[in-house]
Amino acid sequence: MFLSCADPSLLDGLNWLACYLTTGKHFDFYWSFVTVLVLLAVTAPTALAFGFGGAMLARSQHLPLRIIGKGYTAMVRGVPDIVFFLFFVIALDQGIEWAVHQVRCPDWTDPIRNGLEFRVCPQAKVPNNSAAQVWHSLYGFALAVVTFALVFGAFAANVIYGAMQAVPHTQLETAEAYGMSPRQVFHRVLVPQMWVFALPGLSNLWLILIKATPLLFLLGVQDIVYWARELGGMKTGAFDYPHPDWRLYYFLFLLVFYLCMTKLSEVYLNRLQNHLSRGQATAAGEAQRKGIA
Amino acid sequence: MKNLILTTALLALTAGSAMAQTVRMGTEGAYPPYNFINDKGEVDGFERELGDKLCEMAALTCEWVTTDWDGIIPNLQSGNYDTIIAGMNITAERAEVLAFTQNYIPPASSAYMALDAGTDVMKGVIAAQTGTVQAAHVAASGATLLEFATPDETVAAMRNGEADAVFADKDYLVPILDESAGKFAWAGTEVQIGDGVGMGLRKSDTELVEKFNAGITAMKADGSLNTLITKWFGEKAVTF
Repeated sequence: MFLSCADPSLLDGLNWLACYLTTGKHFDFYWSFVTVLVLLAVTAPTALAFGFGGAMLARSQHLPLRIIGKGYTAMVRGVPDIVFFLFFVIALDQGIEWAVHQVRCPDWTDPIRNGLEFRVCPQAKVPNNSAAQVWHSLYGFALAVVTFALVFGAFAANVIYGAMQAVPHTQLETAEAYGMSPRQVFHRVLVPQMWVFALPGLSNLWLILIKATPLLFLLGVQDIVYWARELGGMKTGAFDYPHPDWRLYYFLFLLVFYLCMTKLSEVYLNRLQNHLSRGQATAAGEAQRKGIA
Repeated sequence: MKNLILTTALLALTAGSAMAQTVRMGTEGAYPPYNFINDKGEVDGFERELGDKLCEMAALTCEWVTTDWDGIIPNLQSGNYDTIIAGMNITAERAEVLAFTQNYIPPASSAYMALDAGTDVMKGVIAAQTGTVQAAHVAASGATLLEFATPDETVAAMRNGEADAVFADKDYLVPILDESAGKFAWAGTEVQIGDGVGMGLRKSDTELVEKFNAGITAMKADGSLNTLITKWFGEKAVTF
């Protein structure tokens, strides 16, 4: 990065450190923080949408929909995360390639499955073999978002389902007595009131999601923990900047990062909780009312 | 949202194919001097130089991909990349699921490194990387095997005293021992395992195996492979 970094072996002290911390590899490390934050920013709303959909299905009047909703939560919640991450991503990836293969290579005669091998025609590879690495990374990232959203959506579905059940029944009956249709009751009374019950559960999920990001490496996305381990490991003279085992310092840095994320989340979630409790018939809402009066 | 991302990605990714054949080279990137990620963040090492040379000879465009060692064979089989070039020893078990090229590093020694040269490596706890020929050897030798996902962690375990010794390819351990300022020492005797290091490909990719085989044969014949081995592994390394 700096011109003075051209020959690292001549450097010492702070100059060495400044050059060391600005190597291309370190920029990959810094960039991976962005990756993780973007993943969180995209996954959280997607998972929430999955959860909301799952909860609505599980509460449905129609048996088939109810079975889908309950089946989704039960299945995903029952399977260990790591199995899900290893199995589902490969299945999804191969499913996509299989579908593209059917469209693009109808004349292909070789078997797609050959023992343990999975082989589609070159035109059906997603991303294409000749595509730039950035597309491969983006594709991996998209698979990661879908998988995370699916897994965390199932947990969110259960939390939201529980929250919907927790809204006092009398509220809903009163709404009906006012002549609201079931749809109106749902939108105007049930949903606005259920958030306050769902928030503690959802905030748990959010914190678990923050810490689950190292699973990204299983999906081929190089995350902060991967880079910390890679950069911190002992470096021999084959590298420009040899150093002993520094993993401790890198992991301490990650610790600080994760603690900051947790603290920030807590502050924001507390505020949200306060906001949602306003005017609600809950203990917190009642306390706020008395405080104002 | 997710659908939008997926469809856009699909469209962008599958457009424009049928150019020069691109071969994706899968490696671990954590096993210097065989393969490692250099300070620029690129794959580097003996295998990078060899692979690029072989691709050039076969007129292939090569892309380098890193993956963790544990999943290196399954990822090849599901088509995430086309070759494994990661210091992988050719063994009968692996040859059941992979098509190997001829070896590009002759059968070389694996060695035990410990804090104390007198360590009894047939007993005690020996660290080795998961899924390697060395791990299998330790498990069969009667010592207690302590497995780690990366080679770096195996050395760290020995240094911290968690393991009595580390067992790995000697070529990997040599620079570490040389730079340890006398802290580490060889222990026990060296062992010959496997038939040398080769590239692993899908069994159905016979054409590609032939291309790489031809390249390796040519490099063995003109001596450039030996030059490359000496460059990366030092004068004492075994050559063809």
